[in-house]
Amino acid sequence: MEALLLARLQFAATTVYHFFFVPLSIGLAFIIAIMETIYVVKGKEEYKDMAKFWGKLFLINFAVGVVTGIIQEFQFGMNWSDYSRFVGDVFGAPLAVEALLAFFMESTFIGVWIFGWNRLSKKVHLAAIWLTSIGTALSAFWILAANSFMQHPVGYTINNGRAEMNDFLAVITNGQVLVEYPHVLFASLATSAFLITGVSAWKLLKKQDVDFFKKSFKLGVIFGLIGSIMVAVVGHWQAQYLVETQPMKMAASEGLWETSEDPAPWTLFAVIDPAKQENSAEIKIPGVLSFMAYGKFSGSVPGIKDIQAQYEETYGPGNYIPPVRTTFWSFRLMILAGVLMIILSAYGTYLAAKNKLGQAKPWFLRAMFLSIFLPHIANLTGWIMTEIGRQPWTVQGLMTTADAVSPSVSGPEVLFSLLAFLAIYTALMIVMIYLFVRVIKKGPKEAAQDDSLNDPFDRREHHAVS
Amino acid sequence: MLSLNELWFVLVGVLFVGFFFLEGFDFGVGMSTKFLAKTEGERRVLINSIGPFWDANEVWLLTAGGAMFAAFPHWYATLFSGYYVPLVVVLLLLIGRGVSFEYRSKVNSEKWKKNWDNVIFTSSLLVPFLFGVVFAGLLKGLPVDKNMELNAGLFDMVNLYTVTGGVVVTILCLVHGLMFTALKTTGDLQDRARSLAKRLLVPLAVLLLLFGAMTFFMTDAFKVRGGILAVILVLGIAAYVIAGALMNKKRDGWAFAMIGVVIVLAIASVFTALFPNVMISSIDPAYNMTLYQASSGPYSLKIMTIVAFTLLPFVLGYQIWNYYVFKKRLSEKEHLEY
Repeated sequence: MEALLLARLQFAATTVYHFFFVPLSIGLAFIIAIMETIYVVKGKEEYKDMAKFWGKLFLINFAVGVVTGIIQEFQFGMNWSDYSRFVGDVFGAPLAVEALLAFFMESTFIGVWIFGWNRLSKKVHLAAIWLTSIGTALSAFWILAANSFMQHPVGYTINNGRAEMNDFLAVITNGQVLVEYPHVLFASLATSAFLITGVSAWKLLKKQDVDFFKKSFKLGVIFGLIGSIMVAVVGHWQAQYLVETQPMKMAASEGLWETSEDPAPWTLFAVIDPAKQENSAEIKIPGVLSFMAYGKFSGSVPGIKDIQAQYEETYGPGNYIPPVRTTFWSFRLMILAGVLMIILSAYGTYLAAKNKLGQAKPWFLRAMFLSIFLPHIANLTGWIMTEIGRQPWTVQGLMTTADAVSPSVSGPEVLFSLLAFLAIYTALMIVMIYLFVRVIKKGPKEAAQDDSLNDPFDRREHHAVS
Repeated sequence: MLSLNELWFVLVGVLFVGFFFLEGFDFGVGMSTKFLAKTEGERRVLINSIGPFWDANEVWLLTAGGAMFAAFPHWYATLFSGYYVPLVVVLLLLIGRGVSFEYRSKVNSEKWKKNWDNVIFTSSLLVPFLFGVVFAGLLKGLPVDKNMELNAGLFDMVNLYTVTGGVVVTILCLVHGLMFTALKTTGDLQDRARSLAKRLLVPLAVLLLLFGAMTFFMTDAFKVRGGILAVILVLGIAAYVIAGALMNKKRDGWAFAMIGVVIVLAIASVFTALFPNVMISSIDPAYNMTLYQASSGPYSLKIMTIVAFTLLPFVLGYQIWNYYVFKKRLSEKEHLEY
């Protein structure tokens, strides 16, 4: 029991941490590829400087994303060996493809990109960042295809007590991944765009490198707006898919104990009492939950108690209710963050389109800076809702989390690894933020020269080439 | 004809061979930053010489892990949960190592660099050592029970045999790394790399033979696969002698390749000795886990085979291209990214 709790804590902590960096890597690779494309196609030097400056932040971030990803791959076997035995056949395949198709691609071409500025033709160098970008996006697809199997298992048959794959195409065209993947991609775009606009806003506030950061802001805010809107649109598809495939998660994320009336109202606020299985002080908006779940203003949404009764019939006695409060509030926080992102990026786009960035009010620039964290809040709460809302299952309807843990790994062992990972992750976070702040403070001009450090010989050669 | 699960056993072996061959030399270069480089400039040359490569080299390990998960879920589950603590340490080291290359040059302070240098050295030294310990443990056998669970005590994992295996792998990586340095640098640094590699040849040969003898007496490997292991041993000795001769003639590229052949043969011999087992039980041979018991269903393996053989040529193609693009020797006079 103790090992189970610790293993869950460790998985949650390492995955959440990993996912601070992943969306930034995916999104930044893409936006930097766009910047470098403008440089190569139109020959505008300032876009090269942009690719280099934001590229610095990208690389600092990418390194942490890569190394924290290694744990993710090993952790299934280390902490969740019974899970690995049970699903390896289906779950392992996308992971192996991810390594073969995506990891090799991004790790090779990121190297080419870093070291190739002076050694490759412009076009080949541009191809390297695009291939890196494609690699990161492919990587996300395969790991989400694996995750989607946990949410909505398809393409398998149970044989000798194991889930064996019998339809690969079904696994990779799982309805779940078809909505989850674009959701994550647009979220990644928004996450990186808000970093770019937030940092740019800060520099505009300080009146440093104004031209450079105006241009960066413009490019960033457009992607921020597209990402924020699209993530909401896809999120709407997801909710409709969720009510079909994981009604319990949907009910929990609504704190809906009883099956709703028709049309179903959306609960904006509620004080939830999981012990008594009831809510108080609810604030409801009529019809909205029907729209979220079915895309129309009619239809009732099944409640927790009814689904619990139904699951007991199907799976036998047990408690199939996830932590309702966590699921409910994480969903609301995600929506709140998303709404703020849309409003802020829409106003920013308006300012940029009207060429009024120079007159932007300091409060807005400060708000844009702080909104760097909004997509991270949305990413975090989105995943908490997805994973906590699936409990007690690790694979929906097939295997519980309690059955998934490694029998041979003891509590003290997991405690050791948990503390060790937390320690190194904290240290990494401090170092990373320190480096981020340093690069941002120095700004684009110094960033372009900084890579030759203090060696005058280097610097001359560097300039001669570039 | 190989069955699909046998083919995947070979492929997992190939991926580990690729990992030890490629990441092996960047581990070696990482180790040598501590004693081969005499100045900050030389250290930067060493780190930059593996700069464009180490990350992709490490992906061979990740792919091997992913392939084990997909093709042999029981093997992956038993081994990774059984070797829990060593793998935690490996992960911590790989995390530190990965960021150290990227972060080291970001701040121009001696203390900052020294700290990252320590991370590079320690991780480059200990990761191959721990993998050597793990692989030697696989050969010797581990307490795998009838439920396929591995409850290994400290001395099941760490003993004279496995530690010797760890040291052998570490020194082998170091020599490979020194030959890579000889191939990628010029002048004084190159000379020092060559001469250190030459000085290590005899001690490494003694260690390799010692480990071979220990394997003969302490494991069943030669009893089960004596014939083919003898052939590999002879080939290995031949490659080693040729590597030594090439080093003397300063044929760095070929010497590097020949040490690589020794690494390939060493790792291949582990998989050959295991076959058809993937885990050898020290409790009861009846609990040995064979690749047939450990493997995924035929459908999964078929899909994976198609995917792997479609993608591998591209992967190999662009990795080779990567080495070709950055084939130039490095010196301090050049612009160095790291």
